[in-house]
Amino acid sequence: MKRAFFIFIAILGGVSNVCAQKIKGSDTMLPLSQKEAESFMKANPKAVVTVTGGGSGTGISALVEGTADIAQLSRKIKFDEKNRLREDGKTVKEIVAAYDALAVTVHSSNKVGKLTREQLEGIFTGKIKNWKELGGDDMKIIPYSRETSSGTYEFFKENVMKNKNYVSGIMSMPATGAIIQSVSQTKGAIGYVGLAYVNRSVKALSVSYDGGKTFVEPSIANAKNGTYPVVRPLYYYYETKSEEKVKPFINYVLSDEGQKIVAETGFITVK
Amino acid sequence: MKALRRFAEHLVEGLLALSGSVTSLAILLIVIFLFKEASGLFGSPAIEKGYVLCVHSTNSTDVLNPYQIKRIFDSETANWNELGGKDMEISLFRFDDIFSLYSDEELGEDYSLLPEKLGETISQNPAILAFIPEKYAPAENPSVKILKIPEISFSDIFGGKEWFPTATPAPQFGILPLIAGTLWVSLFAILIALPLGMGVAIYLSELSNERTRKILKPTIELLAGIPSVVYGFFGLAVLVPLIQRTLNLPVGETAFAGSLILAIMALPTIITVAEDAMRNTPKAMREASLALGATHWQTIYRVVVPYAASGITAAVVLGTGRAVGETMAVLMVTGNAAVMPHSLFEPVRTIPATIAAELGEAPGGGVHYQALFVLGCVLFVITMAVSISAEIISKRNRGKQA
Repeated sequence: MKRAFFIFIAILGGVSNVCAQKIKGSDTMLPLSQKEAESFMKANPKAVVTVTGGGSGTGISALVEGTADIAQLSRKIKFDEKNRLREDGKTVKEIVAAYDALAVTVHSSNKVGKLTREQLEGIFTGKIKNWKELGGDDMKIIPYSRETSSGTYEFFKENVMKNKNYVSGIMSMPATGAIIQSVSQTKGAIGYVGLAYVNRSVKALSVSYDGGKTFVEPSIANAKNGTYPVVRPLYYYYETKSEEKVKPFINYVLSDEGQKIVAETGFITVK
Repeated sequence: MKALRRFAEHLVEGLLALSGSVTSLAILLIVIFLFKEASGLFGSPAIEKGYVLCVHSTNSTDVLNPYQIKRIFDSETANWNELGGKDMEISLFRFDDIFSLYSDEELGEDYSLLPEKLGETISQNPAILAFIPEKYAPAENPSVKILKIPEISFSDIFGGKEWFPTATPAPQFGILPLIAGTLWVSLFAILIALPLGMGVAIYLSELSNERTRKILKPTIELLAGIPSVVYGFFGLAVLVPLIQRTLNLPVGETAFAGSLILAIMALPTIITVAEDAMRNTPKAMREASLALGATHWQTIYRVVVPYAASGITAAVVLGTGRAVGETMAVLMVTGNAAVMPHSLFEPVRTIPATIAAELGEAPGGGVHYQALFVLGCVLFVITMAVSISAEIISKRNRGKQA
């Protein structure tokens, strides 16, 4: 009898409070949002959260068309996108859910252990071609990049290369795993990957953004205290109108529990 | 009863004809769609849609081509005198820079003051090159000149050697390195696969005994059933480091790795089709040859192989088709660097790999999207040329026999 009563209450609650939320956007954030959604739904059995990828740009498009409630972006919203939303009479709110640090990795036998931003720019734009110019062995530098569709590609270009284009002979790999694989087996290789992907098969470099005065090692601690410079925020965008609907999920992500998942998926917590 | 059967027969005939015409129509529509989407690229402005490039009105430059724009924004061209202007350093201004100069409040409600502030910024700096949205361009400001931007031309696409589809402000759509890369990898794949495949086919159809044949043939056909992504992974994890170590190359992801993987993938097709063609040689012809005193080997290369020539050509064509269109395995092992290939031991980028890697994020209807459709058309034309030439060759061979 008691059990039947609870079931009745649960059904009643479910009917009165069905809130299916759709999250769409960045592939980088996909594993994070999926895990957050799973445990959020475990904690609130009434809630339904679905997560799909497709790239940061598609997230904003979905927000414009109203097919998603939350857009997940691995970059800041662009001016054009904001304009498009405004033309539709929509205003969006921005939440930083986590941070993602990029590490520059080389082959484990490489003598070079630190580089400045200018040197990295030189390498990836093709001006610096040999490791000997950087104090390493006499060996050709093989830079590895992600494909143009990747948000990581854009972020690295903006942050490290100051919007210059990659050298035209750059190796472009379809996935982060492929970059790790190639860098670990190519002596002269250099590539960039999310900090969470760095493992023992490659060597992560310290980076300096002040012309070589201080070099900072890529680590979660350094990214958190703001000394490591190659860090990007990961955003959730939602319409101001639907705040009430999405707030429980957003709050959950920002809660201690939600941030624990952030750390578990290899990203850096907000707090 | 009889009438009913007649009716049923007519119905089946009609259905068959219908399915045939539907299939042809579908293919035709796909081709039309492909070319329609691709044609949009020609005549598109060479910089991002809805944007303009502005300079100070004292600047003598009127027009910049896409390649020049890219070099300027990459800081390769740093002075206006390299473009025939005055001797002053080019100062680049991207639209987002305005937000670091002025706060959102200073730009007014709905950015109504934005054009004015942009005009101010441009008029203060005679060496400026500003990349801003057309909507906010300060067209009335007398000290601002909006540059003329040429359209993307046929020669930019088919003569260009740089592929930077997402470069801002001026994407580069030179597809020459991609075409060359595709043909380069496929050519060597066929050069590797053909002798090997022919050898195996001759062995299987003429020399092996029935038992080995029964084991070997299914094994080879099994090769065709392995998904291409598995070949790609095998290539990346095993072939690439192997090539790098044995040949002592700086990098293992090369055209050679791609050719090798493609050769392995094309082998089952070539072997199966060529072997079938050879086994179809009539027994009477073989026996006639042997009866005339020809040895076994002479029979093979003077009678069997010429008789099966059209089948062998078909095998080569099917193999080439597979090699040209193969995507995943090549994407994983060739390094995908968009450069003109000079040797077999350099990274290359092929057309299918480019489409697969980039279509996902190219905004629908944009220039990048259209450029990928142009690549699709080129691929279509290449494979069609291969099939047509095969058709002609096999026809000529048949003519000779008769």
